[in-house]
Amino acid sequence: MMPEPENCPGVQSANAGLGSACQGCPNQKICSDPNKKLEDPGKALVAAAMKDVSNKLLILSGKGGVGKSTVTMLLSRYMARSYNDKNFGVLDIDICGPSQPRLMGVEGENVHQSGSGWSPVGVDDNICLMSIGFLLGSPDDAIIWRGPKKNGMIRQFLSEVDWGHLDLLLLDTPPGTSDEHLSVVSYLRDENQPNSLKAIIVTTPQEVSLLDVRKEINFCKKQNIEIVGVVENMSLFRCGHCGNTSEIFPAKTGGARAMCEEMQVPFLGSLPLDPELTKACDKGEDITSVSNATTQALEEICKNIAKIL
Amino acid sequence: MLDKVKHVILVLSGKGGVGKSTVSTQLALALREAGLKVGLLDIDLCGPSVPYLLGLEGRDIYQCDEGWVPIYTDDSKSLAVMSIGFLLKNRNDPVIWRGPKKTMMIKQFLTDVKWDELDYLIIDTPPGTSDEHITVMECMREVRCDGAIIVTTPQGVALDDVRKEITFCKKTGIAILGIVENMSGFVCPHCTNCTNIFSSEGGVELAKMSGVPHLGTVPIDPRVSVLNGTTRSVLTELPDSGTAATFKQLVEKITA
Repeated sequence: MMPEPENCPGVQSANAGLGSACQGCPNQKICSDPNKKLEDPGKALVAAAMKDVSNKLLILSGKGGVGKSTVTMLLSRYMARSYNDKNFGVLDIDICGPSQPRLMGVEGENVHQSGSGWSPVGVDDNICLMSIGFLLGSPDDAIIWRGPKKNGMIRQFLSEVDWGHLDLLLLDTPPGTSDEHLSVVSYLRDENQPNSLKAIIVTTPQEVSLLDVRKEINFCKKQNIEIVGVVENMSLFRCGHCGNTSEIFPAKTGGARAMCEEMQVPFLGSLPLDPELTKACDKGEDITSVSNATTQALEEICKNIAKIL
Repeated sequence: MLDKVKHVILVLSGKGGVGKSTVSTQLALALREAGLKVGLLDIDLCGPSVPYLLGLEGRDIYQCDEGWVPIYTDDSKSLAVMSIGFLLKNRNDPVIWRGPKKTMMIKQFLTDVKWDELDYLIIDTPPGTSDEHITVMECMREVRCDGAIIVTTPQGVALDDVRKEITFCKKTGIAILGIVENMSGFVCPHCTNCTNIFSSEGGVELAKMSGVPHLGTVPIDPRVSVLNGTTRSVLTELPDSGTAATFKQLVEKITA
């Protein structure tokens, strides 16, 4: 694929096809013609492939390492257990750092190609997963791709995976507000059913995380994506030896709850920092059947999210 | 590009939230304690953390004949900082850019900032192996880049991504100075028992497995995060902490 020219004004711009960088670009004619409103042909393919996927939920955070993938895994497993008549799918669009195969305990599985496309990997009776992790030869393989190639891959994950009938597709994203986020939103936004695409935001209590998360909330507002709410992860640590709790990532500015008030988005709940959970994540074990502080908090959060089903 | 800069060090990790920015800022402050002139460039465009961590939020960048003047933390001008955070009108504004625009910005940070004479330029990066990394790697071919410090936590799920970053460095010819293992155990302030919240020794094992040096282990220490928002170094504020010991060692290894 040709790289986009530097300084590309973007196809939506009034300057599309007219800027200095457009001279010599193979797409100049298409961009500068006002009658041809450019519609990515991929969008129609995605819409056709996803026609039986009723709801899509983006799991976002401006900040990395706050637990987007862990929260995605916990939500999908907990909801799949609570609503066993419904089908759930998980799509990992973190192309450079896919974590879902390990968290879901299906590392090393293969994706099979069938007549109707790639078959996602079954995690449980009613959860299936697709991730670029399944397509890599070794865990050391690096995906050294610029934006356009990542976008192509995301488009394929949406249009060429045989998702079948799903009640909810959870999309685990990389941190930031860049190519992956713009692409997935433009492919999944359905003007006829604007409510089918929503987002939840994950953060930790510290200001350094909230700082990036506020940017992500403003990204959603600019893109007109409804935010179901914010999940605060790694809130309190309970020492396994003495039972006392400590704030490892101190909420100097009031944590997620205060930020939610300030940004006027719903607060869904807090998940504790639980060494048992981090261990389970590394091993890919399902802890949602155990009753502890994490699953109790999860129950409250899932109740709110299940309303969109 | 960066003609008067003697050494360039990249701080990388495949994984987000492992402490790249904390390591970058504390390394810059520690090098400054050693009497060196240091620059710190934050190329995380969608999630810049350096202005917050150094308490420089709200400062404005000025233009001079030779380009943008970086922000100096004090009058001694021994630490120069540049981040997209200084260019945003509001700290909550998102930077919604695709790759080519990010590439342009990073090139500008390297060519149009008046870095002046520096002993070390530390470059703090976003997670991943994509546009920002490819651009900075290409630019590093034209300058004296010492190599990369890789930051990880001991968890398997972080190590998975960090292995990919090591492959990136090997494939693109960036020397790896070594691995720093961060968030490696938390000592309960109530009972002084140590819990390995995010597992332990993962960074050490990864260093062995991939044949790169292990540069040190940094524990989870809430006293260090209290330094956020200031330009105080762990070396002077918490000289007896494990974190200070690791950064002292790190500076010795780098400047040796």
